[in-house]
Amino acid sequence: MKKILVLFAIFTSFFFLAGTNAKACELNNSVPVTSLSAGFDAWKVVTSAMEECGNFTPTLDQEYRDKLVASLESNPSQFTMAGVSASTNVSVLDAGVTRPLDDLVAKYGDSLQDNQKIVIDGKIMAIAMMTNAQHLFYREDILSDLGIDIPTTYDELLKAAKVIKDAGVVDYPLGGTFKSGWNLGEEFVNMYLGFADSFFDGNMPAVNNNDGYETLKMMKKLTEYMDPEYLTSDSTYVQQQFQQGKIALANLWASRAGAMDNAEESTVVGLVKFASAPKAKKNGKPASTLWWDGVVIAKNVTDEEAEAAFKLAMVGLDPANLGANPEAAPWLSNAFDPAPSNIGAILTAKSGAAPYPASAKMSTLHGVLGAAIGDYLTGAATAKATLEKIEADYITAATEKGLL
Amino acid sequence: MKKSTFLVFTMPSFIMMTLFIALPLLIVLIQSFQFNQDVLETIERENCDPFGCKTETITVPVLDENGNKIKNNIWVGFQNYKNILKFQQLSSVISNDGFEWSKIRSIDFYKALRFTLTFTFITLPFVIILGLILALCVNVLINRLKGPIIFITLLPFIITPVIGALSIKWLFIGDGILTLFLENILDKDIALFSQGWTIEILMLFYRVWHTIPFAFVIFYAGLQTVDKEKIEAAFVDGANRLQRLRFIIIPHIMPLIVFVALIHLMDSYRVFDEIVGFSASGFRISLQWMTYDFLRIDDSGTRSIGRASATSVLTMIGIIIILIPVLRRTFKEQKEKRL
Repeated sequence: MKKILVLFAIFTSFFFLAGTNAKACELNNSVPVTSLSAGFDAWKVVTSAMEECGNFTPTLDQEYRDKLVASLESNPSQFTMAGVSASTNVSVLDAGVTRPLDDLVAKYGDSLQDNQKIVIDGKIMAIAMMTNAQHLFYREDILSDLGIDIPTTYDELLKAAKVIKDAGVVDYPLGGTFKSGWNLGEEFVNMYLGFADSFFDGNMPAVNNNDGYETLKMMKKLTEYMDPEYLTSDSTYVQQQFQQGKIALANLWASRAGAMDNAEESTVVGLVKFASAPKAKKNGKPASTLWWDGVVIAKNVTDEEAEAAFKLAMVGLDPANLGANPEAAPWLSNAFDPAPSNIGAILTAKSGAAPYPASAKMSTLHGVLGAAIGDYLTGAATAKATLEKIEADYITAATEKGLL
Repeated sequence: MKKSTFLVFTMPSFIMMTLFIALPLLIVLIQSFQFNQDVLETIERENCDPFGCKTETITVPVLDENGNKIKNNIWVGFQNYKNILKFQQLSSVISNDGFEWSKIRSIDFYKALRFTLTFTFITLPFVIILGLILALCVNVLINRLKGPIIFITLLPFIITPVIGALSIKWLFIGDGILTLFLENILDKDIALFSQGWTIEILMLFYRVWHTIPFAFVIFYAGLQTVDKEKIEAAFVDGANRLQRLRFIIIPHIMPLIVFVALIHLMDSYRVFDEIVGFSASGFRISLQWMTYDFLRIDDSGTRSIGRASATSVLTMIGIIIILIPVLRRTFKEQKEKRL
C-alpha cells in the first residue's frame, strides 16, 4: 500500500511539474479542455498559446473533418472545442452539436471584432480567426528573369508556364493541389466559380453545362505543366515543391504562404511572392473561394468546461498573440498590420472572389467532384461523360440523403 | 460427450459468434435495403460571416427537443444495389458501344471489381510459387543459418500493411530514392504515380512481397513432415529433383497449398490498405475501398450507410463465389478420407 502511495505521489508531482511549465499565460486554467482542429501553422500558433495556460490538450489533424461530427455528437463530447472551416461549420451546425456563444462573448469577448462573429439567425455560433483562400504564389526571380508579367488570368498563366517550361529553369512550371478527393473537388469549385455563379438550381446540380466543360478543360491544360503525379499532390506536397525550388507558379492556400520564408525548410527564402488568384475569364472574378477558419464549442460539455474553453480560446486569439505571428495566416484582427505573405489573400478578396457556398448540398457535390474528375484528367473519360457522371452521382447521393 | 457438457463448452463461443459475427452481418444486410436519412426541412436563415451577411434558403436537418438530428430509416428495396450496379447504364453502354472498357469503367463498381479480381488472381500464383521456392531453399540450408534466415524472411509479414505500403510509396513517389536510382540507370524521367498501371504493378508487387512470408512459413512447416524414406526411395529409383518435388513433396503439402490459397483469396479480395497507402484512389479503386468511401463522413456530416452496406454484401457474395471451387475440393477430400 505504501509503495503504491509513493508511486502515486511521484506521478502526481510529475503532473504538477508539467503544470508549472505554464508561464507566458496570465490565465491559470484549472478545468481540463481538449480541442480538435486542422494542423496548419495558424492552428499551431493559436493552440500553443492556449497550451501555456495549462490543462489544455489540442489535437491537430489535417484529416480532422473525418471525425469532427462523430466526436462532438457523443455525450459527453470527445472534445471541448473544435476548429472548423466555413464548410465543416455547416456539418456541426446541421448536427446541432455546437452551442451558442452569445453569453460567453458578452462576458469575455471584448477583444473580438464584429466580423469575427459567425452569426446564424441572430446567435453567435462560432468565432472566426482568419480568412483563407487559394491564390497565386510565384517565383519573383524566375518571372523577372524571363520577363514575364504576373499572370492575372489563367490564359496568361498558361502562357507564362509555357515560357518557363521552354526555359527549363525548374522541374515543372506549375504546382497544384490536385490530389483526388477533397483537394481536387476544391480545384473544380474554384475554377467553376471563375466561370459561373452557381452550382445549383434549387437542390438540383447545374454544372453539366458549358461552364463546367470550360472548367474541366482549363484544369486539364494546367495539369500538362505539372508534375505528372498531380493526382497525389496535396497542399503540403505543393508547399514542399515550392520550398525545394521545383515549381515556379501555383494556386495555393494563403495559410501556406508563411512557410515559403521558413529558412529551416525553404531553399527559396524571399523569392516567392503572392498575388490575387488568376481570373478564369478576362473580366470575371478570381477563380478562387474565400474561406474562414474559427472556433466552436461543443454542446455536450458542462457550462464550466465551455467557459474555460472560451477563455482559453480568447488567449489563443488574443491580437497580441496573433500579431506576434502575422505571417502564419491572414488573421481577421485589425489590431496589427498584415504580413507581406498575406497580401495574396487580401488581393483575392478585394478582386471579388466568392465565399465558399457552404451547405449540405455543396458538401455532397464537392465529394462527388473529387472522386469523378481524376478519370477525365488522366484521359480515361471524356469531359461530357465526366459531367454526366458528376450529375448522376450527385443525384444518387442527394436522393439518399433526402435532399431531393 | 454428454450433450449438456457439449453445450456448456460451446455456448461461450456460440454466443460470441452470434453477437460479433452473425448479428452485425444481419444488420448490414438490413441496412443495405434502407436509406439512412436525416429528416430535413428547407428554411430561410440569416448567416453572417467575415464576408458579410446574407439570407439564404437552405435545406437543413430537423433537430429534436434535445438538439439531436432525427434519423429516419426508409425501406427502399434494392435501390442501393441498383445505385451501385447501375445495370441500366451498363446495358445502354453495352448496346451502344459493345464491351468498351473505357465506358464501362466509368461505373465505379465495375472499375473496382476489375481491379479487385486482377489483384486477387495475379498475386495468388506468385505468392504460392515464390513461397514454395523460398521454403524449399531454406529447407536445404545448413541448420545454423536456418534460424536467422527464417527470421529475416518473416520481416515483411510483420510490418503493418498500411505502413509497409506507405514506405514503398515514399521510395518511389516524386523524387523518391528508388525513382532517382531508376532514372539514373535508364537515363529517363520516371513518374510511377502518374498513371494507373504503374501504381497497379507497385501494389501487386507490394502484396506479393508482404504475403510471401506467410506462405513460406506454412510450406516450410509442411516440408518438415515429408517422409524422408519416401524421398530416399525415390532417389534410389532414379527420380530427379523435379520429379521428387512433383510426385512426392507437392502431393504431400497439397492441403497446405489449398489452405494458403484459401486465406490469400479471402484476404486479397478485401484489398484496401494498398489503395490508401499508395494514394491510388484517383486511378484504381477496390470494392472494399468503395465501402470505406461511402462510410466516410463528408463535410455535411453524413455518410452513405445504405450504399456502404450494399457494397459490403456484394463483397461478401464475391468472396463466397471465388471460394466455392476451393471449398468444394476440401469437402470432397474430407468425404473421401471418411470413406
